[in-house]
Amino acid sequence: MKKNFFIIIFLVIGLTQKSFAYSSDPKQFIQEIVDEAKKVLIDTNSKEYKTKKLSEMALRTVDILGIAYYSIGNYRKELNEEQMKEYLTLFEKYFLKSFTSRLTDYSEPKINVISTEVLNPKYTIVKSILLATDKKPEVKIEWRVYTKNPDKPLIRDLIIEGLSLARTQKEEFASVIETNDGDVTKLFITLKEFVTK
Amino acid sequence: MIRKLVYITIIGLLLQINAVTAGTEGSEEMSGSDSKTSTNECFEGFSRAMFKFNHALDGALFEPVSKGYRTLPVGLRKGTSNVIGNLRSLLTLSNNILQGDLERAGNTAGRFVINTTVGILGIFDPAANVFGLEARGKEDFGQTIGVWGSNSGCYFVLPILGPTTARDAVGLVGNMFLDPIYQITHNSEINNGVIGNGNYSEHNYYYYRGTGAVDFRAKNIESFDSLEENSIDLYASVKSLYIQNRNKRIANSTSAVETQDDSDWEEIDTN
Repeated sequence: MKKNFFIIIFLVIGLTQKSFAYSSDPKQFIQEIVDEAKKVLIDTNSKEYKTKKLSEMALRTVDILGIAYYSIGNYRKELNEEQMKEYLTLFEKYFLKSFTSRLTDYSEPKINVISTEVLNPKYTIVKSILLATDKKPEVKIEWRVYTKNPDKPLIRDLIIEGLSLARTQKEEFASVIETNDGDVTKLFITLKEFVTK
Repeated sequence: MIRKLVYITIIGLLLQINAVTAGTEGSEEMSGSDSKTSTNECFEGFSRAMFKFNHALDGALFEPVSKGYRTLPVGLRKGTSNVIGNLRSLLTLSNNILQGDLERAGNTAGRFVINTTVGILGIFDPAANVFGLEARGKEDFGQTIGVWGSNSGCYFVLPILGPTTARDAVGLVGNMFLDPIYQITHNSEINNGVIGNGNYSEHNYYYYRGTGAVDFRAKNIESFDSLEENSIDLYASVKSLYIQNRNKRIANSTSAVETQDDSDWEEIDTN
């Protein structure tokens, strides 16, 4: 009886881990994410369901911590430990809301993953195309994949038609801080407002 | 005269939407590792005020027009987009030549000839679909000055015309001299006796540019909505996208790798 119990536990853990395991090959990794997102973004799913599932996906596949550091740039050196902790917590909420909001309006997007370009051992760019619809033109999407740990690639940026979302976000954060005379805590307030709106 | 001013105002408004939504070109300043080194502002207070003004006009006028345009049949919109693109390619051709890029100039010229004839005044795109001559991107005089080595200069927002830089503002003026469509339509009014029937008068130029702007806006309704919804500082987002896009266009880059700088990311790894 006890033996059966352990077998069941192992099976459950094994199956669960398998469903969350992505390929270590960057191109295949992105293809799996695209396929998973397509299943989530079908019309019959509610917006709440899509948001929940996309958030879970992002937590597994996006280097949110890395993007948080990148976005605040050199201003992070001005934060003490407690402020940094607050920033990272806020950023994750902000990122997930922004990320899911951008995607939930898409209905079963058709994305073809085309090729990869290895920049260096830490970064690979995966190139893909979001196919045109009656309303929207074709869009080139490049995924900056962080491969420092080759067994667990993570997304660090989306570059849409050559325009980096991470860089745009970084510029935005800097603008908020600079227009408030360099007061980083004003960024926290702005992020809180975004998260709660 | 009043009619002319109205046309100029309307086309300007539409072009501003085009510029805002398109984002645009980048400049060398963006490659620094810190956002503080990004393109400087000329007069930020004025620019932010103009941005609000332009944004309000977009919401009141051009977004609704674009949504109406979106309801037209796909074939009609596609044909319109092709015709506008075909006419716009003449400005690209002038700049291809000025940039010394004869290969692209040949491609642009070939596409124009084929699409204007076989493609029935540019409605269809047999140059790409039959002859394999794909469009290689638009060029303007701001890009040409960039290719010649000019820095972007400071960034500002023009009323109606939207985001620009010192370099690109000069480019806007240069475009008038380099765009054959502008020259044909505007000179025809002066020499109306020669042209004779007024078919090429100025307002046709503004119809052409206005239709192009509406077509572009209609293709990007969701993108702009998403940007607006997810920005904590829309002005800064548009500026960043504008600069990045201009850099990309000046470099004629087809890959993010060529215009995006890794140094910011490297910095993270060392901390």
